[in-house]
Amino acid sequence: MTALVTLRNVTKSYVRGKQKVEVLHGVDLAIERGEFLALMGPSGSGKTTLLNLVAGLDQPTSGEVLVAGDRIDQLSRGSLSDWRARHIGFIFQFYNLLPVLTAEANVEVPLLLTDLSRSERRRRVQIALELVGLADRARHKPNELSGGQQQRVAIARAIVSDPTLLVCDEPTGDLDRQNAEEIMNLLQALNRSQNKTIVMVTHDPKAAEYASRELHLDKGRLANDSRRAA
Amino acid sequence: MKMFRQIGAVTAMNFRSLPQRVSTSLVVVIGIAGVVAVLVSVLAMSTGLIRTMQSTGRDDRAIVMRNGSIAETSSALDRNSAKLILDAEGIKRDADGNPITSAETMRILSLRKKQDDAEINVILRGVGPKMLEVRPELKIIEGRMFQPAVTEVIVGKAAHSQFKGLNVGDVVNSRGANWTVVGVFETGGDAHESSLMTYAETLISIDQRGAFQSVTALLESPSAFQAFKDSLSANPALAVDVIREREYYQQQSKTMSTIISVIAYVVGGIMAVGAVFAALNTMYSAVSARLQEIATLRALGFGSTAMVVSVLAEALVLALIGGVIGALIAWLFFNGNTVSTSGGGMGQMVFELAVSPPLMILGVVWACIIGVLGGLFPAMRAARLPVAMALRAV
Repeated sequence: MTALVTLRNVTKSYVRGKQKVEVLHGVDLAIERGEFLALMGPSGSGKTTLLNLVAGLDQPTSGEVLVAGDRIDQLSRGSLSDWRARHIGFIFQFYNLLPVLTAEANVEVPLLLTDLSRSERRRRVQIALELVGLADRARHKPNELSGGQQQRVAIARAIVSDPTLLVCDEPTGDLDRQNAEEIMNLLQALNRSQNKTIVMVTHDPKAAEYASRELHLDKGRLANDSRRAA
Repeated sequence: MKMFRQIGAVTAMNFRSLPQRVSTSLVVVIGIAGVVAVLVSVLAMSTGLIRTMQSTGRDDRAIVMRNGSIAETSSALDRNSAKLILDAEGIKRDADGNPITSAETMRILSLRKKQDDAEINVILRGVGPKMLEVRPELKIIEGRMFQPAVTEVIVGKAAHSQFKGLNVGDVVNSRGANWTVVGVFETGGDAHESSLMTYAETLISIDQRGAFQSVTALLESPSAFQAFKDSLSANPALAVDVIREREYYQQQSKTMSTIISVIAYVVGGIMAVGAVFAALNTMYSAVSARLQEIATLRALGFGSTAMVVSVLAEALVLALIGGVIGALIAWLFFNGNTVSTSGGGMGQMVFELAVSPPLMILGVVWACIIGVLGGLFPAMRAARLPVAMALRAV
């Protein structure tokens, strides 16, 4: 297997006031294509920071970040935007849907950054919504949908442009148990049937059980790395 | 193409979320409408004054004054000079061959405004017997023409409407003389309608003066002006300045219209600074309210240019609405309103505020500038937003 994501000796520090806070200390990590990785650890362990680096939302203080063959730690802000549009699908804890747009318009947003025709965009939006089981809610606005439905729309938005990598930040953090299970089943299905590579940050051990690999972070260092048999 | 699609999509989202931010957006619209309404209405004074002065005078009429005089009121021409002027080349002559001129004198009358009882200075112009030939545009619209050798006056339409005690039959007392109003005249809305007229010899006699102040001559044609001027300049017995009548009135209004324009731009400028801050505040609020959307769109790969353009477009549209409302307010409430102000050497000038289309466009341009200035920094904030941090803050 080829590593889709490679991190070499990555550090990340922030300056808060006069204090320098080091969040990640020399992290080395490889994520294979087709893996479903759950990143776990206590608050402040650096999970989200690591996710942001892999997703190209942030730059490391030092070290190399290679995703889909690109050294994204060397890209400019503008190039990084284009790179994210091509390679990353995001799923957020609070869905981050655009409240003024319908479900289908929300799903279409990433496709506006492509050269696809309007009819092709519509076709792909339809497929994505069918895949998450929400084709009948296409014309509804986010405030007309339940939390679980909103997260399904967000998943449809994340997969509609067929990105290289799906990154999920606490995707079940705002959902009840039943909805959380449905969302995790959906993500697992995407990983298994569509071979989507997924990196997911979660606090929830039950959510982590759906992943094929669990990685624990503690105080900015990789603490435990375990793979689950399919 | 992708860039335009990005800009279009983000801008459309901005506008669709406007109803959720209606109160803060109204601050910008109302603020800018106020600035534009004030700016346009004050400038309308200047425009109205200039328009009235530009409509006064003709190119084929010339005013002769003493050398170095800046206005008729500061000029003096003795009877001999006034006579010599009649012999100059270029003056139109009547059927009997007499030159069509009017040797004139004037003095200030103190009257009161109808509106606020304020005391103001109005010109009483003494004119020659051929005045109606010199100024054929003068029409009596009420009463009759004054008679020579009696203290009778006719009053301009604008003066009649703005100042007290100028109805036909009223008597204006000044320096011991009682001037009876016998008629009201109009001259097509020009500066003369703000004045009173009587027979020059009567005025000179009452005031015990020995001289005129100017001579207004009707020329054979506009092109005869140079010959007329050269002829007077060549006469060693005369020390006079000659100016086309239209040019004279434009010069007279220049100082006052400049002062009004300066006031308009200073007041408008101060208000505009306030409006820029209001726009800044509103657009910063708009960016803050949409932080989640902006961070999400940036995460999904939308570029910073689309963010800048969308915020600027919103500020510009709000400013444009404010500007158009302000210009319409100025037009609805002030266009055509009659006001009066000091007209330099013309005494009190009555004129209509003119909210002209160019003035309204100027107001809207000001509004757009305010909008762009107010939107620029919030737009830059939206563009420079650290995406990872903003997503975490949501």
